[in-house]
Amino acid sequence: MIRVVLPQHLQTLARVTRLVELKVDEPVTIGSVLDVLEARYPVLRGTIRDQVTLQRRPFIRFFVCGEDWSQESVDSPLPGEILAGAEPLRIVGAMAGG
Amino acid sequence: MSGVRVLVGTRKGAFILQSDARREQWDISGPHFAGWEVYHMNGSRADPNRLYASQTSGWFGQVIQRSDDGGQTWQPVGNKFAYEGVPGTHQWYDGSQHPWEFKRVWQLVPSLTDPDTVYAGVEDAALFRTGDGGLTWQELPGLREAKGHLWQPGAGGMCLHTIILDPNNAGRILVAISAAGAFRSDDSGETWRPINQGLKSAFELPDPTAEVGHCVHNLAMHPSRPGVLFMQKHWDVMRSDDSGDSWNEVSGNLPSDFGFPIAVHAHEPNTIYVVPIKSDSEHYPPDGKLRVYRSRSGGNEWEALTKGLPQHDCYVNVLRSALAVDTLDSCGIYFGTTGGQVYASADSGDSWTAIVRDLPAVLSVEVQTLP
Repeated sequence: MIRVVLPQHLQTLARVTRLVELKVDEPVTIGSVLDVLEARYPVLRGTIRDQVTLQRRPFIRFFVCGEDWSQESVDSPLPGEILAGAEPLRIVGAMAGG
Repeated sequence: MSGVRVLVGTRKGAFILQSDARREQWDISGPHFAGWEVYHMNGSRADPNRLYASQTSGWFGQVIQRSDDGGQTWQPVGNKFAYEGVPGTHQWYDGSQHPWEFKRVWQLVPSLTDPDTVYAGVEDAALFRTGDGGLTWQELPGLREAKGHLWQPGAGGMCLHTIILDPNNAGRILVAISAAGAFRSDDSGETWRPINQGLKSAFELPDPTAEVGHCVHNLAMHPSRPGVLFMQKHWDVMRSDDSGDSWNEVSGNLPSDFGFPIAVHAHEPNTIYVVPIKSDSEHYPPDGKLRVYRSRSGGNEWEALTKGLPQHDCYVNVLRSALAVDTLDSCGIYFGTTGGQVYASADSGDSWTAIVRDLPAVLSVEVQTLP
């Protein structure tokens, strides 16, 4: 199972706790995780990436094993720690706004 | 016993203030959607327990919430606002062309007869409609064909912030856009035309015949006299007696004719209200005195309403959607401030009380008169 950590506001919106577990078919990428996440919780559509362009929203960040993957291709395969569930994919609201 | 429900959108959530018809004791619930900006909440006239809210965030985008029980519980509905066809471009601040990009919903106006039909005014400016209670939204693209390539953003963004549905003519819709102007459709939103003749903005828009480019801040209409429209423009308070075909200034003796909201008394179609603001570079009341101005003559002659409002050291603003009226026999007037106060008058503005005073900055106020 892939584990995903959501920011607080999206936890409230989706009515879930901090950690969401998802079954994602390989190849597991940020894009495929988001596809499954949005299918499970349709209310999250548009809150992480644009519904039309599928571009990441400007103040959303993706962290993988302590590294910022926000600028990586969403089709890049995620590392084994994520696939094994040892590390979560962290979706973070960027520190912005003063 | 009848009562009043005041729907307050703020920078950090929504609040619902409820009272009986005496309007003396208020129950306050909230924050709903805590931490999110709530640009607008509105209720259906056909079903007062059906509410809609525009919940938005610079981080997480747009969410539309719906309540079927008067705001006790909420359910997120559809939030996909996709422009029809190729979105095209509009004028940017530097005069270049810029692609249309959806940012947020500024105003939600339910149909007067069907609680499942709602109009949404959005930034970048366009009008959307749902017929299924908010699950899906479709643009009415004819509006942007009214010289949309010449529209440009105001300081607050290029927003469609005002929607008026004519209760006597189901096909007539009026909207206002900053900074494009006012527009009217007479065929249920299929086709549109600018209605800005008579608006003057000498320095910002030197061409006195410019069809679009006007910074209209708000429009108001009384349902018994739909041909008469009132406008708070960036500067100038305006009036039209021909459904917007032409406008005349009625600023009269106002201490400043800059401001954001305008409203009409529920039972006196010639009684209107504005909240003068010092200037477009100083967004607070003149002289630190928070004064609502009332004209009982449809403009030109204005009186200051001050009883119960702070008359020194007050430097709040009242935004364009933050002034509303109820329809009880003694008409109630309500407005919210960027300082977090919501003031109410149960006597047409003669006297005021802060029914809540420490909310986040108020973005919008709507009032439902409950049976």
